[in-house]
Amino acid sequence: MAEAHPVGFQWVMEAKRRGAKVFHVDPRFTRTSAVADSYLPIRAGTDIALLGGVVRYILDNELDFREYVLAYTNAATIVSEQFADTEDGDGLFSGYDPNTDSYVQTSWQYAGHEADSGSGHTAKERDSAAGLRHESHGAQVHGQVQRDETLQHPRCVYQILRRHFARYTPEMVERVCGIPREKFLELARAWTENSGRDRTGALVYSVGWTQHSVGVQYIRTGAIIQLLLGNMGRPGGGILALRGHASIQGSTDIPTLFNLLPGYLPMPHHADHPTFDEWVDSIRHPGQKGFWGNARAYAASLLKAYWGDAATPDNDFCYDHLPRMTGDHGTYQQVLNMIDGKVRGYFLLGQNPAVGSAHGRAQRLGMANLDWLVVRDLFMIESATFWKNGPEVATGEIVPTECRTEVFFLPAASHVEKEGTFTQTQRLLQWREKAVEPPGDARSELWFFYHLGRRLRERLAGSPHRRDRALLDLAWDYPTHGPHDEPSAEAVLREINGYDVSTGRPLASFAEAKDDGSTAVGCWIYSGVYADGVNQAARRRSRHEQDWVAAQWGWAWPANRRILYNRASADPQGRPWSERKKYVWWDPQAGEWTGYDVPDFEKTKPPTYRPPQGASGPAALAGDDPFVMQADGKGWLYAPSGVLDGPLPTHYEPAESPLRNPLYGQQANPTRKVYAHPVNSVNPSPPQEHSQVFPYVFTVSRLTEHHTAGAMSRTVRPLAELQPEMFVEVSPELAAEAGLTHLGWAHLVSGRAVIEAKVLVTDRLTPLRVDGRVIHQLWLPYHFGYEGLVTGDSANDLFGITLDPNVLIQESKVGTCDVRPGRRPTGPALRDLVEDYRRRAGIVPGDRPPTVTTPVLRPAGRSDDGPREKGADHA
Amino acid sequence: MGLRTFIAGWPVYRQLTGTDPLGRGAAAQSGRSAGLTARTETADRVARSVCPYCAVGCGQRVYVSDDRVTQIEGDPDSPISRGRLCPKGSASKSLVTSPLRQTTVRYRRPYSTEWEDLDLDTALDMIADRVLAAREQTWEDVDSDGRPLHRTLGISSLGGATLDNEENYLIKKLFTAMGALQIENQARI
Repeated sequence: MAEAHPVGFQWVMEAKRRGAKVFHVDPRFTRTSAVADSYLPIRAGTDIALLGGVVRYILDNELDFREYVLAYTNAATIVSEQFADTEDGDGLFSGYDPNTDSYVQTSWQYAGHEADSGSGHTAKERDSAAGLRHESHGAQVHGQVQRDETLQHPRCVYQILRRHFARYTPEMVERVCGIPREKFLELARAWTENSGRDRTGALVYSVGWTQHSVGVQYIRTGAIIQLLLGNMGRPGGGILALRGHASIQGSTDIPTLFNLLPGYLPMPHHADHPTFDEWVDSIRHPGQKGFWGNARAYAASLLKAYWGDAATPDNDFCYDHLPRMTGDHGTYQQVLNMIDGKVRGYFLLGQNPAVGSAHGRAQRLGMANLDWLVVRDLFMIESATFWKNGPEVATGEIVPTECRTEVFFLPAASHVEKEGTFTQTQRLLQWREKAVEPPGDARSELWFFYHLGRRLRERLAGSPHRRDRALLDLAWDYPTHGPHDEPSAEAVLREINGYDVSTGRPLASFAEAKDDGSTAVGCWIYSGVYADGVNQAARRRSRHEQDWVAAQWGWAWPANRRILYNRASADPQGRPWSERKKYVWWDPQAGEWTGYDVPDFEKTKPPTYRPPQGASGPAALAGDDPFVMQADGKGWLYAPSGVLDGPLPTHYEPAESPLRNPLYGQQANPTRKVYAHPVNSVNPSPPQEHSQVFPYVFTVSRLTEHHTAGAMSRTVRPLAELQPEMFVEVSPELAAEAGLTHLGWAHLVSGRAVIEAKVLVTDRLTPLRVDGRVIHQLWLPYHFGYEGLVTGDSANDLFGITLDPNVLIQESKVGTCDVRPGRRPTGPALRDLVEDYRRRAGIVPGDRPPTVTTPVLRPAGRSDDGPREKGADHA
Repeated sequence: MGLRTFIAGWPVYRQLTGTDPLGRGAAAQSGRSAGLTARTETADRVARSVCPYCAVGCGQRVYVSDDRVTQIEGDPDSPISRGRLCPKGSASKSLVTSPLRQTTVRYRRPYSTEWEDLDLDTALDMIADRVLAAREQTWEDVDSDGRPLHRTLGISSLGGATLDNEENYLIKKLFTAMGALQIENQARI
């Protein structure tokens, strides 16, 4: 955190100054480790084993915050008797379908709801990255469940949790992660001792957790710990994602993502959502509790904002104008389709996949096989010059005079040359004022897309084609100003906020959204950012003139709430858990919730409220159901649906690992997304043969002085001077073993690429003793490429493409490689070296790695499924 | 110059008698540096902004003189950053004023080995032509069962996490109306 989010880290140091204990878990000793109380080196890709150890420590010693756990989580809920755990399945849960490498979730459901909840077969959910929808809300289950308040029922969530994590002992943590058990116990003790009624603990993570083939389950394990310890919805608690781009949260909320529409509404699927009603019902799931019950109003209001006067209740608000998903349309599938010649044109908007995405060679070969490419950036980036300066030009794989891709480079406006809002990592929108005009031809994206849309609509005017109706019906009349006819960002923000169609009055909150076409709302969770016609995101009351919550600085979604689910900061009766951790509470005199923050609860619903029989939506939430976006109002220790690779986290080895999984016969995530394409490959891992060809584990991360793919830092003189060169960091032991010299050259080889780097030998990396052998880890920055003031080979070229099944994020925080002294070969000899390694490793182009590696396959609920042959072969 | 002024000109005297016993501030200041004025003080205007790098969201003050950015400082009012900026945020002025920034449209013809210049207006027209052609060539109206698809898989887009919410909103709205489904950004990686 000190490296990649230095200014945010000041608050960790502030907490430390006041007595907090700081633990830092990282494969490499960094600037964060240097000021932490305790540093735990870990084998990359084993965090579930570590966190699972903490869960077991809590349950074994009964250190959970019992009153919180009973009232606010699903610990007491009874699960279906059809459910079978990984303990019985050697790493597979019940419901595994080896034909699709995915789960049928029926057996995971709450007892009595096997048929009416969940998503059934989840292969489709994986392709559409359905897990992302749950960024703002939980998955579907029925609101009425069976509970055992004594937590003794063998099928209650609490007991299932105990059994599931029983084998994650301190000894197992040491064996899997390489963390000495004393170090682990120090962490577990500090975490539990600093949680409870009077104290709270926070968990901070970043892409070191998400970029894994089990990334979502890493965070799920963190969530289980934080719920057991009562650290959610309370000040000083939580699970805090430190995101890496200025408005990456905003571009998820208002998604430039294939599977989502604004506010986490799903993009319709051709088979599941043929009609507006079926689409809406799939979101709100009639019968469930919580605020998603109003999904029809959010959906109708979005379509009204998109298609204006053309959208009416009679035509389902132009629902048929929306494009339909049929499968996986994510960025990696797109790149493989580019290589296969299926994509004509590609826009790059401030992103540089030639350096920043996994498998850089596939990215560049894809871009070299387009009809046209539009690059909009501040600088001439690698993704604009691959046809001229890319490594494949040197190897002869891309020949400029044979590369047909037509490239348009359009200069973009910088953050000071336009106005608008960024959403930072804690959901806070901050408006930026424009300082100067952009230089020359540089323009904002707002300008480019507004005027591109205007031209497209002009050309299509009078078109008889059905396909052009959605463009022609589009509400696309934004006021413009200035010499370049810049569209008004405030007018767009007002549409995002939503307004009453007949009067134009901006809505005060999403509670005012209607499903009859009388309101238009561009992104329902942002509703309120323009309340009273005032740009709330532009508020800048000094921190010296308000309290520590600072509610008058910017605006946080939803409803300017700074801590989500803050009803949980009070006990079931509505009283603060302690004076020290007072945040939001029930005021019986006034008959309302009050406190330092905007209460995350219906303001006048008393703690004693119990829903009437048959209630659904918000009315079904009891006065002590704090998790108001969850379908049962509870925090989920166990996830009966919504997570595609298991209701509980399980340690699997990374897709590329030198080790056999010490916990189960199942080696890697059995539901991970794999692409069997000739350009893609996975280095062999046990139980496959030849894993020793790539004996070392490598990981990548950021340097303080550089930013992502380098376009905004390798082009900036002071930053380029501070970190001028690509390097690989290794331990003295590995340097001795591999013959590497400090400040000399080395080259690293994977099944995809070979790259070179200067060698930095330090004891910031330490060999780990894991499962009886020594594992060496190497560390690389991923910022370098072939353009800019300082250049170097790209670390992401080493990775192949394997994705998390929930959100389709690639595993690019751990892989295997070989390392050799000296510089890499150049020209065609470079590919010869990679081919030689592939041959020795037995990599066959287009081959799939074995998915199931255990002979035990007991898919309860699908008795017709036998064990899979290829899995059995390798077991 | 009187004796008193002469002695007061000695840093060591100021260090021993003034408020700066460690000699790291006022005591060590030369007459020349005391006479300097910060360009933040003489700026024509100040825009309140936000750092463009990571997602912490540090407050920035952008100082402008003669319609040029002359300095970018941390905003001390911000409850998030309390006036601080990291090495990248501190280099933001160098970012926005970098001589390496491209300020004109560049065009590479198919099979060409060099860039050419292109007028912005022409570029926009050419892109509009290509978008419409790609849609026409790859349009899918219905699936094999006659259910609506209403889309093209011939157009892709990547990027958005460095852009404003308002920009992402228009990008998604226009692409969706175009039937372009394959819209992605950094949040996927």
